[in-house]
Amino acid sequence: MKSIFNYIIYKYAAPIFLTGLLLVFIGCDLDETQEVTTLDNLVWSDEFDVDGAPNSQNWNYDIGDGTAENIPGWGNNELQYYTDRSENIIVENGVLLITARQESFENRNYTSARLTTEGLLEQQYGRFEARIRLPYGQGYWPAFWLLGVPETTMVDGEEVLEEWPAVGEIDIMEYLGDEPTNVFGTLHGPGFSGAESISKEFTLENDRFDTGFHVFGIEWSPTSVNYYVDGNIYQTLTREDIAEETDGEGEWVFDRPFYIILNIAVGGNLPGNPNSETVFPQSMIVDYVRVYN
Amino acid sequence: MIHNKLKYLQLIGLLLLSMIVTTSCEREVSDAAILATFPTTADVFTDNPVGLTDEFFISFDPLEGANTEAFGTDDNEAYLGSSSIRIDVPSPDDPNGNFVGGIFRDRGEGRNLTGYDALTFWAKGSATGIISQVGFGTDFLEDKYPASRTAIQLTTDWKKYTIPIPNSSKLTQERGMFLFAAGGLDIVDDEPNGNEIGWTFWLDEIKFEKLSTLLLTEALLFNGQDLSTTSFQDSKINLFGISTTFNLETGENVKVATSPLYFDFQNSDPTVAEIGFTSEPVINIIGDSGTTLISATIDNANVQGSYEITSLGSLPFAPIPSLLPDNVKSVFSDSYQDVVLINFDPGFGGSTTQVSLFERLNNTISEPFNDQTLVYSTNNFTGILFDGVVDASNLSFMHVDIFIEDENRSIEFQIRDAGDDRIIDSNNNGFPINDDRDYRQTINNLNPGEWNSIEIPLAGNIANQKDNLAGIILVGGPDFILDNIYFYVP
Repeated sequence: MKSIFNYIIYKYAAPIFLTGLLLVFIGCDLDETQEVTTLDNLVWSDEFDVDGAPNSQNWNYDIGDGTAENIPGWGNNELQYYTDRSENIIVENGVLLITARQESFENRNYTSARLTTEGLLEQQYGRFEARIRLPYGQGYWPAFWLLGVPETTMVDGEEVLEEWPAVGEIDIMEYLGDEPTNVFGTLHGPGFSGAESISKEFTLENDRFDTGFHVFGIEWSPTSVNYYVDGNIYQTLTREDIAEETDGEGEWVFDRPFYIILNIAVGGNLPGNPNSETVFPQSMIVDYVRVYN
Repeated sequence: MIHNKLKYLQLIGLLLLSMIVTTSCEREVSDAAILATFPTTADVFTDNPVGLTDEFFISFDPLEGANTEAFGTDDNEAYLGSSSIRIDVPSPDDPNGNFVGGIFRDRGEGRNLTGYDALTFWAKGSATGIISQVGFGTDFLEDKYPASRTAIQLTTDWKKYTIPIPNSSKLTQERGMFLFAAGGLDIVDDEPNGNEIGWTFWLDEIKFEKLSTLLLTEALLFNGQDLSTTSFQDSKINLFGISTTFNLETGENVKVATSPLYFDFQNSDPTVAEIGFTSEPVINIIGDSGTTLISATIDNANVQGSYEITSLGSLPFAPIPSLLPDNVKSVFSDSYQDVVLINFDPGFGGSTTQVSLFERLNNTISEPFNDQTLVYSTNNFTGILFDGVVDASNLSFMHVDIFIEDENRSIEFQIRDAGDDRIIDSNNNGFPINDDRDYRQTINNLNPGEWNSIEIPLAGNIANQKDNLAGIILVGGPDFILDNIYFYVP
């Protein structure tokens, strides 16, 4: 991902004259024509203003290492055991702290936490936004993401619940601790899941994601998902994009309610496992989560 | 993951937006330049040296093996532009010197680097060699702010390297623009044993930058240890084990050897000790009693490691030897002319020893001269190595005066004869091999708080081989003070 982005920088930064023209053109495009967000009616939020455990009217916990869900390592060979202990999840001083620790716990060597709004906030379309400061170091894999609420379908005359990726997944923000200036936004669905998902990276210039808070969001409509960081749209994915990217095989499944997940995974297929230089514990610090329509 | 390649336009937009931001940042630096006393010039070498002294490259001392012929520029290689710096690293047997290294110095009174957070450069090698050291802050004049990375692994293609500035707020007037040192490429082992081969590397686009993507993850003083010791008035304790570690945009952690002057020091009781920065930064014990805690911060961040120092007052002077000079061959005494120079801090691998020369005016002797003692702390093993050998074939004892502060201390002395080759040969356990011999004696039952005069016979395996005494190995302690070390016949 990175190499492609860098290539573009080089390719378009070199011709100064052309760059000057583009500057003006794109400047108009971003600042005037294309609005980053259009939905401002706040329908749900957690500002994390009350110390203690997260508000149980807003959040449920996923507990364990995925074994109970028949996906040990949560499907990615992740190393952590999720708990609801205050060592791993707590609201303090106006922020939510999800803390990953290196410790022996239930046959795992790391603990962390994963919050979801499943059954509490499930919304179709809208703007989902959170202000987050991230940890650093190889093996850290924090995320702010959405999963679709499964529907029942008939298979061989029997009612069964849909499974991933049929339910759809919208990854608003994923981040790997060994790339402290990059985040990425992704869509998963039937025909474009896992390694075949549709994704784009955003690189922060002259700053890092672990030294301060940044706003990560999507604005999601029946026709598209816009991804933004700190007011910069870096990716727009439409039904047509999914069709083109998957040669018509992919199915737009983003016309159903989705719920929110916040977590830190440790290790596994995507980030690689922590190394001797990875510092534990560290927290993903969430200032707020807000949902608009 | 598949990339959405359709959306280049937004990406370009972002890119260009970020370029606008970058440009703004650079303007801020320029604005600062108007206010600052010293120029903020960022470039060190582009296609030519930028604002450097006429000699451009100032080599390390050729007398110590630095090869001054190995440095040049190359108009056929460049990362950007038309020229780069070319270093032809010599082989170990090169008559012009077996390593290359030196500095670039600002031609003016120095630059204001407070607006930058890193020195960056591009490099490539003819092979995947290692540059031993790269840094800045060394100007061969004051050398106040050295900072460097070691063991920089090159590739055979151009790659960018970053050396974080530990605390740029200190660099208001810096002349040390660049430093490097490199030796031969070792493809056989990791030991510098003469089997290295020459290689070439190129450097380009050396400049100071404001990256804003560096995270200080660790700052260490005394290797991050919280130490405590007792010490005497007028003695000194070195500042050591100083480094900073930064996490780069690439996710890589890099350790920077750091001058203590990048730190701000805290001293809980300035009547007990003070930190002197006149030449080498040291802690001077000035009080005759009391305890102080020396700690540090860097740019308001905590530095790990501290030293709690309790002053014991004045150290008594060691007894004045009474033997006639004709009966003595001294290696460390103020009462005799020493017959050899000594290296009392040989830096053996695995040694934890801190040793310093404690020097003060000796007013107990009618004609005042300096009294010197050797102060050891945290000793596991170290040595006093002679520059040359002492022929003790007509002598029968070694004398040493030992001062300890606490009871139940023991120190082993190993008097080493290096044999006819006059080279100290030891196995991995420190025992003499080849033509070496030694005599070992452990000294116990020392009285604390006073000088103990010890006589060790030149006996055992050196009784008949003591014409090439080359050193004294010191084991254990761990804290003690030595004076008046000499060989004699009664």
